[in-house]
Amino acid sequence: MTEQPMVRFDKVSKRYGSLTVLDGLDLDIGRGEKVSIIGPSGSGKTTVLRMLMTLETINDGVIWVEGEPLTHMQKNGKLVPADTAHIRRIRSKIGMVFQSFNLFPHMTAMANCIEAPVTVLGMKRADAEARAAELLEMVGLGQKKGHYPSQLSGGQQQRVAIARALAMRPKIMLFDEVTSALDPELVGEVLEVIRRLGREHDLTMLMVTHQMGFAKEFSDRVCFFHQGKICEQGPPNELFGAPKNERTRQFLHAVLEAG
Amino acid sequence: MIWDWAFALEILPTLARAAVVTIQATLLGFVIAALLGLAIAVARIAVPRAGWAISVLVELIRSTPLLIQIFFLYFVLPNFGIVLDAFAAGVIAIGVHYAAYCSEVYRAGFDNIPRGQWEASIALNLSAWTTFKDIIIPQAIPPVVPALGNYLVALFKETPLLSAIAVLELMQTAKIIGSETFRYTEPITLVGLFFLAMSLVSAMLIRGVEELLNRRTIR
Repeated sequence: MTEQPMVRFDKVSKRYGSLTVLDGLDLDIGRGEKVSIIGPSGSGKTTVLRMLMTLETINDGVIWVEGEPLTHMQKNGKLVPADTAHIRRIRSKIGMVFQSFNLFPHMTAMANCIEAPVTVLGMKRADAEARAAELLEMVGLGQKKGHYPSQLSGGQQQRVAIARALAMRPKIMLFDEVTSALDPELVGEVLEVIRRLGREHDLTMLMVTHQMGFAKEFSDRVCFFHQGKICEQGPPNELFGAPKNERTRQFLHAVLEAG
Repeated sequence: MIWDWAFALEILPTLARAAVVTIQATLLGFVIAALLGLAIAVARIAVPRAGWAISVLVELIRSTPLLIQIFFLYFVLPNFGIVLDAFAAGVIAIGVHYAAYCSEVYRAGFDNIPRGQWEASIALNLSAWTTFKDIIIPQAIPPVVPALGNYLVALFKETPLLSAIAVLELMQTAKIIGSETFRYTEPITLVGLFFLAMSLVSAMLIRGVEELLNRRTIR
């Protein structure tokens, strides 16, 4: 018997009206595994993360996190829609970093990082601040604790956002095109932080990215999405080195040509 | 000469006492309007199922004259066993009436908060209460302070309606002085001047608050 996956998508579908964004997705992600999702825009890759973060409802199927359903509860052996308490309990295992940072603009970097630990986890303010200071130090922003988001560069804001998510001690981190909104010269500093996270922490990481080089170097597995399905997946060497699927080849060719 | 300075000075203390009632009614009414309006706007988002009922209620309040609502609270509610004194009925009517307008102002403020702020709050597992209290409201309110301020001034200028249910505010007091002395020029003019002065002062105060908020929020 294999180890229970950290996350399991079990025949998950997502539709907007008549448009099917995800079509019966099956995907297991192991504990500590680093998985990159690539694919053309509109292929449903961001939706995968958003569903796992409960930002989108799902139409069919079940998402399991450490063996427990995310948006369902087991009642008399049946799965019924979960209540808020259940969703919040499971959701606490997951953190997310967004393309557009989404820092709270009226709060300093420090305040952004302690808001949830204090109000959700009930941490003492001093403890939360000590922990946030460590995290801001780790992302290289120890000197910027008192700065507001508008006083920080895009790369710095995104690093604060990573620290803010980590402050909740998630087991799973989701990265949704976290470098897409950045000027090219700021991409490196953010990727370096993610690289360090991968090395030093036992986090399960799932990222949607257009940085093929980074996906290749960082991931344990790469999934190529096309039209709401996983078209091909495998270790980065195989998927980038010798893609089996014609669509994958076309996509990689187009992206690598351009970039 | 039509204007009698001695008479004007003589009635000034009486009018000043009435002015206190006017200001009390304004401030209490506005506290109700600002808080109830916020509660309505939050309920609209937090309890989507109640949205329809809330819309009907807000539309009902906005589409009927304030004077009728004042009369309703003062003269009709006693039939249902709810007896309010004139001041309470007047203040509640004004407060609820302007709450309907204020709720729309807050709603505009909420609509302007980017979706990412809500999503980040979910991703951080914040409760609905914390999301409103710490994330949404602090960002939504500063931009709508001018609009709320306009409603404060508008509400203030409608307090003379309370004279219709004999609240001894400025207008009612001026009317009583007029009917007792048959001199209306001085009391009515003085009341008008008072409203003018207070409106100008309020407008200045609001501008001050606005600047203060801007300095605190826009960095």
